Amino acid sequence: MKPFDYVRPATVAEAVAAAAQPGASYLAAGTNLLDLMKGGVSRPDRLVDLTHLEGLDAIDRLADGGLRIGALVSNADLAHDAAFAKSYPAVAEALLSGASAQLRNAATVGGNLLQRTRCAYFYDTASRCNKREAGSGCDARGGENRTQAVLGWSANCIATHPSDFCVPLVALDAIVEIEGKNGRREIALDELHRLPGDTPERDSALEPGDLIVAVRLPPAARGFAAHARYLKVRERTSYAFAVVSAAAALRIENGKIYEARLALGGVAAKPWRARAAEDVLRGVAPTADAFQEVAWRALTDAKPSGDNAFKIELARRIVVRALTLAAAGTPARMPALPASPFASTSGAIHA
Amino acid sequence: MNHSISLTVNGARREFVLDDPRVTLLDLLRERLHLTGTKKGCDRGQCGACTILVDGKRINSCLALAISHEGADIVTIEGVARSDQLHPVQAAFIAHDGFQCGFCTPGQIMSAIGMMREAQAGSDPERIRECMSGNLCRCGAYAGIVDAVLEAQAGMDESNQRRSA
Repeated sequence: MKPFDYVRPATVAEAVAAAAQPGASYLAAGTNLLDLMKGGVSRPDRLVDLTHLEGLDAIDRLADGGLRIGALVSNADLAHDAAFAKSYPAVAEALLSGASAQLRNAATVGGNLLQRTRCAYFYDTASRCNKREAGSGCDARGGENRTQAVLGWSANCIATHPSDFCVPLVALDAIVEIEGKNGRREIALDELHRLPGDTPERDSALEPGDLIVAVRLPPAARGFAAHARYLKVRERTSYAFAVVSAAAALRIENGKIYEARLALGGVAAKPWRARAAEDVLRGVAPTADAFQEVAWRALTDAKPSGDNAFKIELARRIVVRALTLAAAGTPARMPALPASPFASTSGAIHA
Repeated sequence: MNHSISLTVNGARREFVLDDPRVTLLDLLRERLHLTGTKKGCDRGQCGACTILVDGKRINSCLALAISHEGADIVTIEGVARSDQLHPVQAAFIAHDGFQCGFCTPGQIMSAIGMMREAQAGSDPERIRECMSGNLCRCGAYAGIVDAVLEAQAGMDESNQRRSA
């Protein structure tokens, strides 16, 4: 690991000033960053430690019915907050399907959003990677690429964003609160992560020094609690990143869907909101035919980026399954194997 | 630049001067305190052999910078027995052959203790396997590990019942 200077700011303003310098990086739990630093993938000159800052670790119910989650709340504390899990069950399920219990105890909300891709060529410093080193090339294109992106990729980068948490969050229109050199601003989570285009080295819309201080769920996000699921296909049932995943959330009244939300994970460099597909469900009954139509619509623009055409069909099927399970109703208890399509207790109706 | 930090390790207050901020909790425990029960397996947060409790919660000590944990209360495998009386989870691992080579065992035991505190698995073997998935055992002693955790959980439930009776 390359040597670095360690800075422990006393306030958010001090943190932003310290991190605006070239070569600086924020440190929260470090569960992804330290791994990257040990591998020589990330080589910051300065770490700005956020973990001792006050006021970033609260979960606040807002007067308007929304929810504000501090950036330093741990993944485990959020998922196990009973009121949170009841109001946003697909988000809690996504959190509990990610990483291991040890990592969830440490990893933070802000860190989860900003974790880097797990593309093996990004991690392997002997390989060419445009995300790690701008302009160096992409060895994933002709390499082992069965888990890479099928949506939104470019000739320069076919990596995916690995977060589970972000998938239901983007479906629920989450908002990211950012403190920067010019003060506080907020953007939709959907605007945070960037597609690669010609600049895959830039993962997000953040500028140097920008600090995510909170994630907010708008009041309408609570309206999907009765019909919400997150499903994730992995190479093994636990402690693995998504090959593909889907968050489905429905508002059903009198047998008809009033509003649908759908997002996919593991398919692109960002959590993939499928807005056009959601429109298919407005005002219709929750039927298998309608869900099939949604799945086709959601993957219309999908293209293999290598040996991964199977992910497109897999994504369609996981969309149908997630919608089918969401329509059947959020389970009374968190499934024993969160987000597993193969769980014996999931009550899955096979689509 | 030197950095001073203080930690509580297995109940004792310890002061350290770090001449390099790159030191992880794992390396601090092993190299500075010679508490070598906490193992370095992958050193990348994948195997769980380095699991310790920090402020009561299980984490991977290989992915935690010591300097960032000023004031933390740490418990390692060396701190769970009471003099010569094993922790119930330790005893259950022996009773159920919850190991073969033993390298992952301190991490497994610390993870199991952390899991029982989290109270998310209870006595459901499927939940125990899910909640222990962050601890790999290359000998494949998983069946014995699950049995050991089940027994330890049953013992804890029983003593809680006795206390509340």
